Amino acid sequence: MASATSERSDLLKVADGCLVLSHRLSEWMSKAPTMEEDVALGNIALDLLGQARGLLQHFAAALDTDEDQLAYFREPQEFRNPLLCELPNGDFAHTIVRQLFADAWLHNVWHDWLSADDATVRGVAEKAVKENAYHLRHSSSWLVRLGDGTDESRRRTLAAVDALWPYRGEVATAGWYDVIEPVLVEATLPLPPRDAWTQRSSADGWHTEHLGYLLAEMQSLARAHPGASW
Amino acid sequence: MTGTPASQWPLWEVFVRARNGLHHAHVGSVHAVDAEMAVENARDVYTRRGEGVSVWVVPSAQIVASDPADKDELFDPALDKVYRHPTFYEIPDGVGNI
Repeated sequence: MASATSERSDLLKVADGCLVLSHRLSEWMSKAPTMEEDVALGNIALDLLGQARGLLQHFAAALDTDEDQLAYFREPQEFRNPLLCELPNGDFAHTIVRQLFADAWLHNVWHDWLSADDATVRGVAEKAVKENAYHLRHSSSWLVRLGDGTDESRRRTLAAVDALWPYRGEVATAGWYDVIEPVLVEATLPLPPRDAWTQRSSADGWHTEHLGYLLAEMQSLARAHPGASW
Repeated sequence: MTGTPASQWPLWEVFVRARNGLHHAHVGSVHAVDAEMAVENARDVYTRRGEGVSVWVVPSAQIVASDPADKDELFDPALDKVYRHPTFYEIPDGVGNI
Protein backbone atom coordinates (compact mmCIF):
# COMPACT_ATOMS: atom_id res chain seq x y z
CA MET A 1 0.00 0.00 0.00
CA ALA A 2 1.38 3.36 -1.03
CA SER A 3 1.82 6.06 1.60
CA ALA A 4 -0.75 8.84 1.91
CA THR A 5 1.79 11.32 0.53
CA SER A 6 2.47 9.36 -2.62
CA GLU A 7 -1.25 8.80 -3.16
CA ARG A 8 -1.76 12.56 -3.05
CA SER A 9 1.09 13.18 -5.47
CA ASP A 10 -0.40 10.57 -7.80
CA LEU A 11 -3.70 12.40 -7.55
CA LEU A 12 -2.11 15.67 -8.68
CA LYS A 13 -0.14 13.95 -11.43
CA VAL A 14 -3.33 12.53 -12.93
CA ALA A 15 -5.43 15.66 -12.33
CA ASP A 16 -2.83 17.94 -13.95
CA GLY A 17 -2.23 15.44 -16.74
CA CYS A 18 -5.93 15.41 -17.64
CA LEU A 19 -6.18 19.21 -17.38
CA VAL A 20 -3.16 20.00 -19.53
CA LEU A 21 -3.96 17.35 -22.13
CA SER A 22 -7.53 18.61 -22.30
CA HIS A 23 -6.23 22.08 -23.11
CA ARG A 24 -3.94 20.73 -25.82
CA LEU A 25 -6.83 18.87 -27.48
CA SER A 26 -9.00 21.97 -27.29
CA GLU A 27 -6.41 23.72 -29.48
CA TRP A 28 -7.62 21.52 -32.36
CA MET A 29 -11.10 23.05 -32.24
CA SER A 30 -12.09 24.41 -35.67
CA LYS A 31 -8.99 23.01 -37.38
CA ALA A 32 -9.11 19.22 -37.04
CA PRO A 33 -8.74 17.25 -40.30
CA THR A 34 -12.52 16.75 -40.59
CA MET A 35 -15.60 18.21 -38.94
CA GLU A 36 -16.39 14.84 -37.38
CA GLU A 37 -12.88 14.63 -35.90
CA ASP A 38 -13.19 18.17 -34.62
CA VAL A 39 -16.18 17.09 -32.54
CA ALA A 40 -14.48 13.84 -31.48
CA LEU A 41 -11.41 15.67 -30.15
CA GLY A 42 -13.65 18.19 -28.43
CA ASN A 43 -15.60 15.40 -26.73
CA ILE A 44 -12.39 13.81 -25.48
CA ALA A 45 -11.06 17.16 -24.26
CA LEU A 46 -14.25 17.72 -22.27
CA ASP A 47 -14.13 14.22 -20.78
CA LEU A 48 -10.55 14.87 -19.64
CA LEU A 49 -11.55 18.24 -18.21
CA GLY A 50 -14.32 16.58 -16.21
CA GLN A 51 -11.90 14.00 -14.86
CA ALA A 52 -9.40 16.74 -13.93
CA ARG A 53 -12.13 18.69 -12.14
CA GLY A 54 -13.26 15.69 -10.13
CA LEU A 55 -9.74 15.17 -8.82
CA LEU A 56 -8.82 18.86 -8.42
CA GLN A 57 -11.95 19.58 -6.39
CA HIS A 58 -11.04 16.72 -4.12
CA PHE A 59 -7.42 17.82 -3.87
CA ALA A 60 -8.42 21.44 -3.25
CA ALA A 61 -10.84 20.56 -0.46
CA ALA A 62 -8.00 19.13 1.62
CA LEU A 63 -6.02 22.36 1.12
CA ASP A 64 -8.98 24.61 1.93
CA THR A 65 -8.90 26.14 -1.55
CA ASP A 66 -10.82 25.48 -4.78
CA GLU A 67 -10.30 23.94 -8.21
CA ASP A 68 -9.97 27.30 -9.97
CA GLN A 69 -7.15 28.38 -7.66
CA LEU A 70 -5.29 25.19 -8.49
CA ALA A 71 -5.96 25.31 -12.22
CA TYR A 72 -5.47 29.02 -12.84
CA PHE A 73 -3.19 30.38 -10.13
CA ARG A 74 -0.38 27.88 -9.87
CA GLU A 75 2.93 28.43 -11.64
CA PRO A 76 4.37 25.91 -14.12
CA GLN A 77 6.78 24.54 -11.49
CA GLU A 78 3.79 23.59 -9.33
CA PHE A 79 2.18 21.43 -12.01
CA ARG A 80 2.78 17.69 -11.81
CA ASN A 81 1.39 16.53 -15.17
CA PRO A 82 3.54 14.06 -17.12
CA LEU A 83 5.66 15.94 -19.67
CA LEU A 84 3.94 13.92 -22.40
CA CYS A 85 0.66 15.79 -21.79
CA GLU A 86 2.12 19.27 -22.28
CA LEU A 87 3.95 18.62 -25.57
CA PRO A 88 2.59 20.59 -28.54
CA ASN A 89 0.04 19.02 -30.88
CA GLY A 90 2.30 18.81 -33.93
CA ASP A 91 0.53 17.21 -36.87
CA PHE A 92 -2.49 14.93 -36.50
CA ALA A 93 -0.33 11.79 -36.29
CA HIS A 94 1.66 13.40 -33.48
CA THR A 95 -1.54 14.22 -31.58
CA ILE A 96 -2.86 10.69 -32.03
CA VAL A 97 0.35 9.03 -30.81
CA ARG A 98 0.49 11.35 -27.78
CA GLN A 99 -3.16 10.59 -27.11
CA LEU A 100 -2.65 6.83 -27.36
CA PHE A 101 0.27 7.01 -24.92
CA ALA A 102 -1.81 9.09 -22.50
CA ASP A 103 -4.97 6.99 -22.92
CA ALA A 104 -3.00 3.82 -22.13
CA TRP A 105 -1.57 5.49 -19.02
CA LEU A 106 -5.01 6.60 -17.82
CA HIS A 107 -6.49 3.21 -18.69
CA ASN A 108 -4.22 1.67 -16.08
CA VAL A 109 -4.74 4.50 -13.58
CA TRP A 110 -8.53 4.36 -13.67
CA HIS A 111 -8.65 0.59 -13.42
CA ASP A 112 -6.28 0.71 -10.43
CA TRP A 113 -8.36 3.39 -8.78
CA LEU A 114 -11.59 1.40 -9.08
CA SER A 115 -10.40 -0.18 -5.83
CA ALA A 116 -8.95 2.98 -4.24
CA ASP A 117 -9.51 3.47 -0.50
CA ASP A 118 -10.76 6.99 -1.13
CA ALA A 119 -14.44 6.91 -2.16
CA THR A 120 -14.20 10.16 -4.16
CA VAL A 121 -11.27 8.88 -6.18
CA ARG A 122 -13.17 5.64 -6.73
CA GLY A 123 -16.17 7.62 -7.94
CA VAL A 124 -14.11 9.59 -10.46
CA ALA A 125 -12.53 6.36 -11.67
CA GLU A 126 -15.88 4.61 -12.13
CA LYS A 127 -17.06 7.34 -14.48
CA ALA A 128 -13.68 7.74 -16.18
CA VAL A 129 -13.22 4.04 -16.99
CA LYS A 130 -16.03 4.16 -19.55
CA GLU A 131 -14.90 7.47 -21.04
CA ASN A 132 -11.32 6.25 -21.28
CA ALA A 133 -12.39 3.03 -23.00
CA TYR A 134 -13.79 5.11 -25.82
CA HIS A 135 -10.74 7.40 -25.94
CA LEU A 136 -8.50 4.39 -26.22
CA ARG A 137 -10.63 2.95 -28.99
CA HIS A 138 -10.48 6.27 -30.85
CA SER A 139 -6.70 6.72 -30.57
CA SER A 140 -5.97 3.03 -31.28
CA SER A 141 -8.10 2.87 -34.40
CA TRP A 142 -6.55 6.09 -35.71
CA LEU A 143 -3.04 4.85 -34.99
CA VAL A 144 -3.71 1.69 -36.98
CA ARG A 145 -5.18 3.68 -39.89
CA LEU A 146 -2.24 6.09 -39.92
CA GLY A 147 0.54 3.55 -39.33
CA ASP A 148 -0.85 1.07 -41.84
CA GLY A 149 -2.19 3.76 -44.18
CA THR A 150 -0.39 5.73 -46.89
CA ASP A 151 3.37 6.26 -47.15
CA GLU A 152 2.84 9.81 -45.94
CA SER A 153 0.73 8.88 -42.91
CA ARG A 154 3.14 6.09 -42.00
CA ARG A 155 6.14 8.44 -42.25
CA ARG A 156 4.47 10.97 -39.98
CA THR A 157 3.35 8.32 -37.48
CA LEU A 158 6.84 6.81 -37.26
CA ALA A 159 8.26 10.29 -36.67
CA ALA A 160 5.72 10.89 -33.90
CA VAL A 161 6.48 7.58 -32.14
CA ASP A 162 10.21 8.40 -32.35
CA ALA A 163 9.65 11.87 -30.92
CA LEU A 164 7.32 10.81 -28.10
CA TRP A 165 8.85 7.49 -27.01
CA PRO A 166 11.40 9.30 -24.77
CA TYR A 167 8.50 10.87 -22.86
CA ARG A 168 6.93 7.56 -21.82
CA GLY A 169 9.01 7.27 -18.62
CA GLU A 170 6.46 8.83 -16.29
CA VAL A 171 3.51 6.86 -17.63
CA ALA A 172 4.95 3.53 -18.78
CA THR A 173 4.26 0.61 -16.47
CA ALA A 174 4.17 -3.03 -17.54
CA GLY A 175 0.43 -2.52 -18.03
CA TRP A 176 1.13 0.46 -20.27
CA TYR A 177 3.32 -1.58 -22.62
CA ASP A 178 0.65 -4.30 -22.65
CA VAL A 179 -1.81 -1.77 -24.06
CA ILE A 180 0.57 0.04 -26.44
CA GLU A 181 2.48 -2.80 -28.05
CA PRO A 182 -0.43 -4.71 -29.66
CA VAL A 183 -1.64 -1.44 -31.21
CA LEU A 184 1.79 -0.68 -32.66
CA VAL A 185 1.96 -4.24 -34.02
CA GLU A 186 -1.48 -3.94 -35.63
CA ALA A 187 -0.35 -0.64 -37.13
CA THR A 188 2.63 -2.55 -38.61
CA LEU A 189 5.03 -0.21 -36.79
CA PRO A 190 8.30 -1.42 -35.23
CA LEU A 191 8.27 -1.78 -31.43
CA PRO A 192 10.72 0.66 -29.85
CA PRO A 193 12.76 -0.92 -27.04
CA ARG A 194 11.26 -0.78 -23.55
CA ASP A 195 14.67 0.03 -22.06
CA ALA A 196 15.44 2.99 -24.35
CA TRP A 197 16.38 6.27 -22.68
CA THR A 198 13.59 8.42 -21.31
CA GLN A 199 13.23 12.00 -20.12
CA ARG A 200 13.24 12.73 -16.41
CA SER A 201 9.90 13.25 -14.71
CA SER A 202 8.05 16.38 -13.71
CA ALA A 203 7.78 15.16 -10.10
CA ASP A 204 10.17 17.88 -8.88
CA GLY A 205 8.52 20.62 -10.93
CA TRP A 206 10.82 20.38 -13.94
CA HIS A 207 8.94 20.85 -17.23
CA THR A 208 9.55 21.42 -20.91
CA GLU A 209 9.45 25.03 -22.12
CA HIS A 210 6.04 24.34 -23.63
CA LEU A 211 4.05 24.28 -20.38
CA GLY A 212 4.62 27.97 -19.60
CA TYR A 213 3.10 29.06 -22.91
CA LEU A 214 0.19 26.67 -22.50
CA LEU A 215 -0.59 27.98 -19.01
CA ALA A 216 -0.17 31.59 -20.12
CA GLU A 217 -3.08 31.07 -22.50
CA MET A 218 -5.13 28.79 -20.26
CA GLN A 219 -4.80 31.01 -17.19
CA SER A 220 -4.94 34.48 -18.77
CA LEU A 221 -8.69 35.02 -18.48
CA ALA A 222 -8.93 33.94 -14.84
CA ARG A 223 -5.91 36.07 -13.94
CA ALA A 224 -7.22 39.15 -15.77
CA HIS A 225 -10.60 38.85 -14.05
CA PRO A 226 -10.03 37.14 -10.69
CA GLY A 227 -13.17 35.71 -9.22
CA ALA A 228 -15.21 36.27 -12.40
CA SER A 229 -17.94 33.77 -13.13
CA TRP A 230 -19.81 33.07 -16.34
CA MET B 1 -7.01 21.10 -44.50
CA THR B 2 -4.27 19.09 -46.15
CA GLY B 3 -4.29 15.83 -48.14
CA THR B 4 -7.52 14.27 -49.31
CA PRO B 5 -10.46 16.55 -48.57
CA ALA B 6 -13.09 15.02 -46.34
CA SER B 7 -15.63 15.67 -49.06
CA GLN B 8 -14.09 12.73 -50.92
CA TRP B 9 -14.77 10.34 -48.05
CA PRO B 10 -17.98 8.36 -48.48
CA LEU B 11 -21.12 9.77 -46.91
CA TRP B 12 -23.11 7.71 -44.37
CA GLU B 13 -26.66 8.30 -43.14
CA VAL B 14 -27.04 8.09 -39.36
CA PHE B 15 -30.00 6.66 -37.47
CA VAL B 16 -30.24 6.93 -33.68
CA ARG B 17 -32.54 5.07 -31.30
CA ALA B 18 -33.35 7.46 -28.49
CA ARG B 19 -34.55 4.82 -26.00
CA ASN B 20 -35.08 1.10 -25.86
CA GLY B 21 -38.44 0.33 -27.43
CA LEU B 22 -38.38 3.21 -29.89
CA HIS B 23 -37.36 2.86 -33.51
CA HIS B 24 -34.16 4.26 -35.00
CA ALA B 25 -34.77 7.68 -36.52
CA HIS B 26 -32.72 9.46 -39.16
CA VAL B 27 -30.72 12.31 -37.60
CA GLY B 28 -28.20 13.33 -40.27
CA SER B 29 -25.04 12.16 -41.96
CA VAL B 30 -21.28 11.85 -41.45
CA HIS B 31 -18.25 11.33 -43.65
CA ALA B 32 -16.10 8.28 -42.90
CA VAL B 33 -13.75 5.95 -44.75
CA ASP B 34 -15.40 2.77 -43.49
CA ALA B 35 -18.23 1.42 -41.35
CA GLU B 36 -16.24 1.35 -38.13
CA MET B 37 -15.24 5.00 -38.43
CA ALA B 38 -18.78 5.90 -39.45
CA VAL B 39 -20.18 4.42 -36.22
CA GLU B 40 -17.58 6.26 -34.14
CA ASN B 41 -18.15 9.56 -35.93
CA ALA B 42 -21.92 9.15 -35.59
CA ARG B 43 -21.48 8.51 -31.88
CA ASP B 44 -19.30 11.60 -31.52
CA VAL B 45 -21.45 13.94 -33.57
CA TYR B 46 -25.01 12.81 -32.80
CA THR B 47 -25.08 11.28 -29.30
CA ARG B 48 -22.93 13.66 -27.27
CA ARG B 49 -25.86 15.01 -25.28
CA GLY B 50 -27.35 11.66 -24.36
CA GLU B 51 -29.57 11.43 -27.44
CA GLY B 52 -29.32 7.71 -27.96
CA VAL B 53 -28.74 4.14 -26.90
CA SER B 54 -28.03 2.69 -30.34
CA VAL B 55 -26.69 3.93 -33.66
CA TRP B 56 -27.10 2.64 -37.21
CA VAL B 57 -25.08 3.89 -40.15
CA VAL B 58 -25.91 3.15 -43.78
CA PRO B 59 -23.87 4.16 -46.84
CA SER B 60 -25.80 7.05 -48.36
CA ALA B 61 -25.26 5.54 -51.80
CA GLN B 62 -27.30 2.52 -50.66
CA ILE B 63 -30.38 4.61 -49.96
CA VAL B 64 -32.85 4.49 -52.83
CA ALA B 65 -35.09 7.54 -52.80
CA SER B 66 -38.30 8.36 -54.55
CA ASP B 67 -38.06 10.95 -57.28
CA PRO B 68 -39.42 14.34 -56.14
CA ALA B 69 -40.91 14.74 -59.64
CA ASP B 70 -43.15 11.72 -58.92
CA LYS B 71 -44.61 13.32 -55.82
CA ASP B 72 -48.03 13.95 -57.33
CA GLU B 73 -48.69 10.41 -58.49
CA LEU B 74 -47.08 8.74 -55.49
CA PHE B 75 -48.47 10.70 -52.58
CA ASP B 76 -51.32 13.00 -53.54
CA PRO B 77 -53.88 10.20 -54.15
CA ALA B 78 -53.70 9.30 -50.44
CA LEU B 79 -54.80 12.75 -49.32
CA ASP B 80 -58.57 12.31 -49.94
CA LYS B 81 -58.98 8.74 -48.68
CA VAL B 82 -60.03 9.32 -45.11
CA TYR B 83 -61.41 5.76 -44.87
CA ARG B 84 -57.82 4.51 -44.69
CA HIS B 85 -57.40 6.12 -41.27
CA PRO B 86 -58.43 3.95 -38.32
CA THR B 87 -60.87 6.55 -37.02
CA PHE B 88 -64.19 4.84 -37.81
CA TYR B 89 -64.37 2.56 -34.80
CA GLU B 90 -64.00 2.86 -31.04
CA ILE B 91 -60.84 1.50 -29.45
CA PRO B 92 -61.60 -0.39 -26.22
CA ASP B 93 -60.00 1.22 -23.16
CA GLY B 94 -58.02 -1.90 -22.41
CA VAL B 95 -56.05 -1.70 -25.63
CA GLY B 96 -54.00 1.28 -24.54
CA ASN B 97 -51.87 3.21 -26.98
CA ILE B 98 -51.51 1.96 -30.51
